[in-house]
Amino acid sequence: MPNATTSPLATYVSHLEKGELAYQFSPEANRAVFFPRVLCPFTGSDKLEWRVSKGRGTVYATTVVYPAEGQPFNVALIDCDEGFRLMSRVEDIAPDAVTIGMRVKFRVHKGGGEDAPIPVFTPEAA
Amino acid sequence: MEGLKRGAAAIVGAAESDLGQVADDMSPMDLCAQGISRALADCGLTLKDVDGLFCAMTQQRMSIISLIEYLGIAPKFIGSSMTGGSSFEFHVAQAAAAIQAGLCNVAVIAYGSTQRSVGRKQASQREINPYETPFKPFLPASAYALAASRHMHQYGTTREQLGEVAVAARKWAQLNPAAWEKKPLTVADVLKSRMISHPFTVRDCCLVTDGGGAIVLTSAERAKSLKKPPAYVLGCGHGVTHMNISSMPDLTVTGAKAAGEAAYKMAKLSAKDCDMVQLYDAFTINTILFLEDLGFCRKGEGGAFVSNGNIAPGGGMPVNTNGGGLSYCHPGMYGLFILIEGVRQLRGECGERQVKKHDVAMVHGNGGVLSAQSSVILGTSATV
Repeated sequence: MPNATTSPLATYVSHLEKGELAYQFSPEANRAVFFPRVLCPFTGSDKLEWRVSKGRGTVYATTVVYPAEGQPFNVALIDCDEGFRLMSRVEDIAPDAVTIGMRVKFRVHKGGGEDAPIPVFTPEAA
Repeated sequence: MEGLKRGAAAIVGAAESDLGQVADDMSPMDLCAQGISRALADCGLTLKDVDGLFCAMTQQRMSIISLIEYLGIAPKFIGSSMTGGSSFEFHVAQAAAAIQAGLCNVAVIAYGSTQRSVGRKQASQREINPYETPFKPFLPASAYALAASRHMHQYGTTREQLGEVAVAARKWAQLNPAAWEKKPLTVADVLKSRMISHPFTVRDCCLVTDGGGAIVLTSAERAKSLKKPPAYVLGCGHGVTHMNISSMPDLTVTGAKAAGEAAYKMAKLSAKDCDMVQLYDAFTINTILFLEDLGFCRKGEGGAFVSNGNIAPGGGMPVNTNGGGLSYCHPGMYGLFILIEGVRQLRGECGERQVKKHDVAMVHGNGGVLSAQSSVILGTSATV
């Protein structure tokens, strides 16, 4: 394996900065890989391609966090149509109205200050 | 676990340290040492006999070294696998292997935590994960809550059924003099308590207490000459499926399935041979998931299985007879306490909460966020 010039995380974040949700694809396993890494967890191969998701997915699991201070908020696991899962949240809807099976679409939540941009989702129907 | 001999090692000593809210400025190591002293007294051995030492802790970065320093001993074999709350079940398999291989003969497994005294955040440092942390899941509760949401969606499991788990644990705790929470609790109380991470209220979540303890293992041969009836290690197995909840392949099936299957195979037993289950109930969904994955009921039927007092005192299947992490104690990592309870039940030492038939105990540890599962099947001399 040659020396890395860019980390998997840096590549992922640079896509988010362009408004894209990127993931890796393992040709040998013929399936998506997420979170980004340097080895395919299905084959052990270092052949991983970067791809950009169409940004459509389905809520796989959902919870509402009730912090000691502040408003309740959603945390969800989203299954993207390309076959990878990530943690995110569904916005533009009450946190307890997010349901498993709900179709959602990706948008970038821009980071502020030191924070990197992150992928969030909104109901597809909206 | 293949290669490990059924019944070749036994747990011969078991004890808790002070529990609940311990004296001011007691350290995690003080609690470890209390547990070790009491567990050795329990079997009639002394520190001089100990030549194997295992521990894992959240407040001590190199806990095994700290413990060696504290005790002033030079064990021939040491181990400190850190798989969260299931570390101690992993240690049992490792200690049994070391004893079988002749690397040590008397192994102590210890734990201590002052999580209640110093506060949850001080006791356990969270790692930053750039793919999860920005979404502020309240960990570990939110990870288990996500699993619960999926189980409810797929199998129709209800919040009331989750509540039944908490109520059963409380009823057992009321029979355990060492338990922390003994106030009467109903399913309605669980549901109307302060919400933490839906569907969990604070009563679906384990306690935050101080505490520690230790167990002592030795060869089956040596075990016979010691003070108390041995609890033989009949089976061990593990299953590690992920670290972070977003990487768990299926939120309704845990590594307990592989762990249980391996342990049953080694023990030449099945779920129907187990007289009790001592499992790691960090959250109410754990009990349901593990009872399913360990074969006590079919997948999806855990909610019904825990209902109508079936796992409570007087029910069909005794589960977490000490009151569990939900009502007895939960000092950060709870896995050692289910081993202690399993040993005591097999010996028939449990007073009011004693299970009538007590030859085989399934002890199941959980670490991380349903991440690292480890099963240990213990049995009395009648089983070997």
